Amino acid sequence: MDRIPLEKKVLSENDRNAARLRESFKEHGILCLNLISSPGSGKTSLLERTLEHLPKGTRIAVLTGDIQTDNDARRLARFGFPAKQITTGGTCHLDALRVEKALADWPLESLDFLIIENVGNLVCPSSYDLGEAAKIVMLSVAEGEDKPLKYPSIFAKSELLILNKIDLLPYVSFDMTRAREYARSVHPGMEIVEVSCTTGQGLDVWIEWLEKRREAVTSAKIAD
Amino acid sequence: MHELSIASAILDAVQTEAEKRPGSRVTKVVVRIGALSGVEPEALSFGFSVLVQGTMLEPLALEIEAVPRRQRCPACDLTFDVVDDNLACPRCANGETILAGGEELDLAYLELEE
Repeated sequence: MDRIPLEKKVLSENDRNAARLRESFKEHGILCLNLISSPGSGKTSLLERTLEHLPKGTRIAVLTGDIQTDNDARRLARFGFPAKQITTGGTCHLDALRVEKALADWPLESLDFLIIENVGNLVCPSSYDLGEAAKIVMLSVAEGEDKPLKYPSIFAKSELLILNKIDLLPYVSFDMTRAREYARSVHPGMEIVEVSCTTGQGLDVWIEWLEKRREAVTSAKIAD
Repeated sequence: MHELSIASAILDAVQTEAEKRPGSRVTKVVVRIGALSGVEPEALSFGFSVLVQGTMLEPLALEIEAVPRRQRCPACDLTFDVVDDNLACPRCANGETILAGGEELDLAYLELEE
């Protein structure tokens, strides 16, 4: 019996595509973020509020993934920013090749931010690199506060946790202290922002985070 | 459930290797799956068994080596395997440790028969 060592990643093809995207984002000075949550946590609402709150002249585009319908892209397009839907037709996550194809006819040189709204799912998207600078995970207080313990992979890999729908806290049994503890137990030191896309509470902190993260990209580009 | 597409990528890789070696048969493929890979080993085994049926590669075994999550302690520089989801450093008890592994989703090796 012979043994043939392979020693490569199962998703090496996706990783190659993601590396190409990452290089292209870097070259164009684009901050690319991969937004991940369960269905209904408020990803599209957060993007709507973000598009409203960003200073005029900000050059941002949104790619949104769904199994069916282009409802999200239509919701976002009315803000006048480029928004495109990737309909996966049953697949539970986006991969780098789909992102690359969707971006093919977009002028990357005219963008500062690209936000990818992944398919609503806390499991599968965590395995696929899309060339993003950071993954962001969102959890709403209408869900269980133990989500970080149940889905440690996505919470460990995401740079920021956005806790959404905090206006509902008086009506739900969500334990905010525990949620924060659980998140930091799977990701020590994890950055956390609390927001309500309905009342607008906390959105300034999120926008500040975005702008700070974008400055890091710009200064890295200048340093090159 | 994306284990089916992972299983399909594994089969493609085996197929490519098998074509390079006419005259021998691949009997087993060994993959390494980290605790944070986002892949459920049972679902992967199931998806794999379904996909391999009726192909030229059948019978082909899939062996999964589970890799634990690893953390590094920035205070004492120890890298350790995480046991019972406890991320605190076992040497100096520092709780602020950094992710250092467990995201593997790797093809390790193939076993062949002449």
